[in-house]
Amino acid sequence: MKKRNYYLLFGAILTAAVLAFILLGYFWTPCDPMKMDGAARSAAPSLRHLMGTDKFGRDILSRVMKGAGATFLVAFGTVVIGTVIGTLVGALTGYFGGWLDEVLMRFNDALSAFPGFLLALVLVSVLGPGRRHLLLALGIVFIPSYARIVRTEFKRASVQNYVKSARLMGASTFRILFVHILPNILTVLLSAITIGFNNAVLAEAAMSYLGIGVSPDEASLGYMLSDSQAYLSTTPWYALGAGLVIVLLILGVGLIGEGLQRKDL
Amino acid sequence: MNDNDLVLEVKNLSAWYRENDGRGRRVRHDVLHDIDFTLRRGEILGLVGESGTGKTTLVRCILGLLDTHTGEVVHYTKRPQMIFQDPLSSLNPAYTVGWILEEPLRIYGKYDAPERKRRVAEIVELVGLPADCVTRKPRELSGGQRQRVSIGVALIQKPSLIIADEPVSALDVTIQRQILELMRSLRDEYRLSFLFISHDLNVVYQLCDRVMVMKKGRIVEQNTVAELFANPREEYTKTLLAAAD
Repeated sequence: MKKRNYYLLFGAILTAAVLAFILLGYFWTPCDPMKMDGAARSAAPSLRHLMGTDKFGRDILSRVMKGAGATFLVAFGTVVIGTVIGTLVGALTGYFGGWLDEVLMRFNDALSAFPGFLLALVLVSVLGPGRRHLLLALGIVFIPSYARIVRTEFKRASVQNYVKSARLMGASTFRILFVHILPNILTVLLSAITIGFNNAVLAEAAMSYLGIGVSPDEASLGYMLSDSQAYLSTTPWYALGAGLVIVLLILGVGLIGEGLQRKDL
Repeated sequence: MNDNDLVLEVKNLSAWYRENDGRGRRVRHDVLHDIDFTLRRGEILGLVGESGTGKTTLVRCILGLLDTHTGEVVHYTKRPQMIFQDPLSSLNPAYTVGWILEEPLRIYGKYDAPERKRRVAEIVELVGLPADCVTRKPRELSGGQRQRVSIGVALIQKPSLIIADEPVSALDVTIQRQILELMRSLRDEYRLSFLFISHDLNVVYQLCDRVMVMKKGRIVEQNTVAELFANPREEYTKTLLAAAD
């Protein structure tokens, strides 16, 4: 009998809970995240403000709910850009090899030779600040790692007889790449996606922490973390609220990734 | 011999690979020398020889997968299909048997879904697989069943020639006999031709009409099975036969 895959189960539950939290934040928050309550500045967690308030008297729970959404969107977009382009590049280079492989992979090497963070910083300063540009910059930084993973898998698959067999059937290259080979590397790709997603969450947090990335009014979790640093001794709940959601989201997605890797073994 | 009865004619085929010699120079590595043979409709032609004699290269030339050759490969029919030694690697592990069998028809593109399903069911019966295997994945089948699936994949494309590269050498003897029986009945019923590559002379003896013996990229002897096994002319054939006993 199959052993229950607890990694996958708990990961899915945790991720679903955080997603529900984020989704809820789009439609309803306990307080207006922008409303400043002069009477309750830097208030400790209470029934009225479950996670307390910041120095302006804004409800932290509400801000975390909104901020997690911003963080999630950036991470999600980053992974989508990285995965789609990385898979395309990896599939073509791994399957065809030859000069195409050489050219694209050297370009890939050049891209990954820069520390990812630095590259993202440069891109953001060239493109200008803002959520969309941050997303684009991080996406570009994420391409090489996906391309490399996918390339290795396609290289391995392309010499398999089932690919030869598909070629003998007269299948088009596109069909061989994405209908015949891709499903076979899905496990590897999916766990790469989950790891990448987590890295993207952390990268967004780090970028916002440095003050580039999202603007203060659409505060993301990273921005809140960096903001909270100054008041760590007086209002520790500020950092806790934002940090907790990041930890839970990463843990959940990480568990899913781990579970996927253990599947079918 | 009627010319219309030919399915394959190989004339004067020589082939080579370009390889790195380790010092950065490209050298030509000759593999096949002046291969000449024909294959008729409904004939099972054996190809034997030690590994490294160029059997696989010959197959690649026949399938048109190798450009570096001189001489001619003439197909008188549609493109040949191929059965591999290890069916597990030639059947896409991500899909069910039904999907795999249907894929050639999808690619061909002239059948609608019910028609495809009907043809798949026919083929499943023809190659002697249980009807419910279409919902299973290749790795859930036995070795013999897998090889039946790959024969089915070849057959559903209605080829005239099937190239079988060591199709039974991974199977145990009882299953071997069943697969050979299947191939023979397909030949009898549909006048299919087979190019049957094997290093197992017993199997060749059971199945083939004619045999070619290959050594170092040349065909050193070519005869009917009965003749070749009774009076091997070449020294090399004798050693092969002796080794098989």
